[in-house]
Amino acid sequence: MAGSMRVRAKEKDGVVTVKALITHPMETGLRKDGDGNVIPAHFIQEVTATVGGEVVFTANWGTGVAKNPYLSFKYKGSKGDLLTLAWTDNQGHSDALEVEVK
Amino acid sequence: MDRRTFLTAGLGLGTLFVAGSVHAAWPKDAFEAQESGALIDMLAGSKPAPSDAITITAPDIAENGAVVPIAVSTTLEDVTRISIVVEQNPLPLTSTYDLTPDSVPYVSTRVKMQKTSNVVALVEAGGKSYSGVREVKVTIGGCGG
Repeated sequence: MAGSMRVRAKEKDGVVTVKALITHPMETGLRKDGDGNVIPAHFIQEVTATVGGEVVFTANWGTGVAKNPYLSFKYKGSKGDLLTLAWTDNQGHSDALEVEVK
Repeated sequence: MDRRTFLTAGLGLGTLFVAGSVHAAWPKDAFEAQESGALIDMLAGSKPAPSDAITITAPDIAENGAVVPIAVSTTLEDVTRISIVVEQNPLPLTSTYDLTPDSVPYVSTRVKMQKTSNVVALVEAGGKSYSGVREVKVTIGGCGG
């Protein structure tokens, strides 16, 4: 699932604001296709943000997060930090992206 | 992730190992809860105290329930967790966020809403639970089905 993420991180007054968009179907497992078959649940369960090996923020998601999820959070950091954002879904897929804080 | 989900994930062993270890903390019971009152008790451990220090930013009316932007911020100190609950959804818990001492207590995402509902933000701060609530009216539901 490489290339599933777009991430921006910008520092101001010691606070880094991270904004991320992830391409993912986020299927609830409650919907049916045209033939009446249930579409299996397929959703991101966890997104972690690490800086220098330290976890600064973790998101646990259920099926109630919208398709192609957007996530924004803030942490105390600095310009030049290398921030890694990584997700895993309930079917074992994953992706990770490292960005430099601007 | 429990043993059953773990075993039925049906992917390569290497992937399974990674997924299993990463998901150790994923609160399965809370995400599967269907009744928001019980869910909030489960997450908060007791009745959360209503707090004016929690701000929920959301539209008053969401035209498309499939994509409703929600942001939660708070001036409470020592925040360790923020959860976003949509009371009227089939599975009310949308997401829960674990914060660290480096975090600033702010999170923004987009959730699905089946119909008009209260959106509850649960905040754990300094070992206590607080809640904020805001109603969002939905004109077209977005949980599919």
